[in-house]
Amino acid sequence: MRVCASPSAVAVKRGAPAPFALPRFRSPLIFGLFVLLFGLLAGRALYLQWIDNAFLQEQGSSRYSREIEVPAHRGRIVDRAGEPLAISTPVKSIWAFPAKIEATPSQLAELARLLETSPRALAKKLDEGDFVYLAKQVPPEIANRIAALRIKGINDQNEYRRFYPGGETMSHIVGFTGDHDVGQEGMELAQQEWLGGRPGSRRVIINRRGDAVEDVEAIRAPQAGRDLALAIDTRLQYLAFRELKAAIDANKAKAGGLVILDVHSGEILALANLPTYNPNARNRVARESMRNRALTDVFEPGSTLKPFTIAAALQSGRVRPDTVIQTAPGSLTIGPNTIHDAHPNGALTVEQVIQKSSNVGAAKIALGLPPEVMWEVLSDAGFGAPPKTGFPGEVGGRLRPAKGWKPIDQATMSYGHGISVNLVQLARAYTVFATGGELKPVTLFKVSGPVSGRPVLRLETALAVRRMLEMAVQPGGTAPKAQVPGYRVAGKTGTAHKLEGRGYTNRFVSSFVGFAPASNPRLVIAVMIDEPTAGSHYGGDVAAPVFSTVTGAALRMLGVPTDSPVDNMILPPAGGEIGEET
Amino acid sequence: MLRVNLLLLAVLVACGLSLVTSRHQARTLFVELEREQTKARGYEIEFGQLQLEQSTWAMPARVEKIAREQLKMTLPLPGRVEMVPGGGAR
Repeated sequence: MRVCASPSAVAVKRGAPAPFALPRFRSPLIFGLFVLLFGLLAGRALYLQWIDNAFLQEQGSSRYSREIEVPAHRGRIVDRAGEPLAISTPVKSIWAFPAKIEATPSQLAELARLLETSPRALAKKLDEGDFVYLAKQVPPEIANRIAALRIKGINDQNEYRRFYPGGETMSHIVGFTGDHDVGQEGMELAQQEWLGGRPGSRRVIINRRGDAVEDVEAIRAPQAGRDLALAIDTRLQYLAFRELKAAIDANKAKAGGLVILDVHSGEILALANLPTYNPNARNRVARESMRNRALTDVFEPGSTLKPFTIAAALQSGRVRPDTVIQTAPGSLTIGPNTIHDAHPNGALTVEQVIQKSSNVGAAKIALGLPPEVMWEVLSDAGFGAPPKTGFPGEVGGRLRPAKGWKPIDQATMSYGHGISVNLVQLARAYTVFATGGELKPVTLFKVSGPVSGRPVLRLETALAVRRMLEMAVQPGGTAPKAQVPGYRVAGKTGTAHKLEGRGYTNRFVSSFVGFAPASNPRLVIAVMIDEPTAGSHYGGDVAAPVFSTVTGAALRMLGVPTDSPVDNMILPPAGGEIGEET
Repeated sequence: MLRVNLLLLAVLVACGLSLVTSRHQARTLFVELEREQTKARGYEIEFGQLQLEQSTWAMPARVEKIAREQLKMTLPLPGRVEMVPGGGAR
């Protein structure tokens, strides 16, 4: 204390009344510091309020609002009458974190009962890992009852499952969806954009219990999938499927297809393929049976192509229906190759060439035509280009350019060899004869009203060929079995050797394409049977009866008036020979 | 002056209360709307399921099987069909 010689001590001695005098700069310093700090706080507050406000806003809103998803389901696929062919319905999948499960034995027993399994199997499943699916795609009622057990560690999630009421009869056209409701085959794939819904989301204010109490904003409007109406008629489809299946079984065939087209609109009313699969249970289905053969596979059509050769010849004016062609002795040699008729005929008129299906006759008529003329008719009838049905993976077959044709090519092409087509293309080409010269566009989608086609033949040419096609199904023709009681029909058989590698085999594709009623055609029906092995392989024996049954039933179902007495069918005596082509 | 102020105060209180009530009403209605919408979605789903069920029962294959086996029905022979001209046929 004695060394207390500080300035303050001096000040005291001077008698000033301030025993704790402060340095003069101290209060402004403190004041300044406070101002600075307040300034900093104010600045920070302003910064958070106006500039960097995203984080706090988000934190704030997360305490009273929430973004919730608005579900959007996938559109239905329906047939032309509105019958559902594919419907999505919500299901739930149940999953668990085994490590987190807290449950009493009675709860687990109840869970096992709801999952339709034994408590032991359930326990085993829960031992399997960190995360297990207990059940996929269970009905919502069951899932709600599981949720009501309130077992910790067991959760569910919403999913959609697609059902196909048409099952195996429709599977090739409709296709199916895979995981996450995305189309994988058929129309489901081709029309994914149209059918697929996009879930939306919106922000709502929630209360203490987490229930939404007020709408704040719609973030993304949900976009529900749209319904898709196909041209298919469920009843005709089933009919086609049933008859095709019966024929394939009866003929011990490998595969087959059947197409029904509406003549006026070009709509595909039925398209059946075998083998097929059930889209509702498609574990272990072979890729083979998933193919829509009628659109994605080609074959050599055989004699079903002859009417186009004849049409080209009539159109060019080089022959008339009654022009006589000498087909004796039933074979024709062109260079090193020889063409045969299955049943040799003598002199035939052009009409009879179709009726008897003479290869030699067709070849002779074709050889009298410039290749370009024949090519043009075939190309105009839609051969060599995909039919543009809107189906994924459809093919166009092969029609070589006329420039490269040698006489033998032209001759074989006249009766449908050396050219490949698919069944829908073939059926569509026949609309030329059914409409009176117009090629109709084909579609798998429902259209309203008649559709205008592209003119290919003159009316009189088309009608002349139609008359020949009617002769072909009458006694003396190749396909009396195609006749239908009560209706006049017209059509052509085809029996083609299958091409394998570089040569033809002794396996066959039997086909029949025709339309009815012949007086005012309404339907074009094409039948194709691949490799019939039970007895006859001729189109007139194998495919024509299918055409007859399907046509008769389909016309009656559609209420088409008859154009002939019901006793119009005259079949040749049993065991009688049917003149056929190769 | 005081009276005007009191009046304004009363108006203010009234406005405030009406705001609270309308807010509350809006929320109640919203909750109700929400509930109805959930119900509507439920019905839509149920409709889909019923459609599915209906078309499963009405599958041509099933109808035909029952007609043939239980009801012993057959297709009429061509000779036994009488066509009525005109009529309902299109």
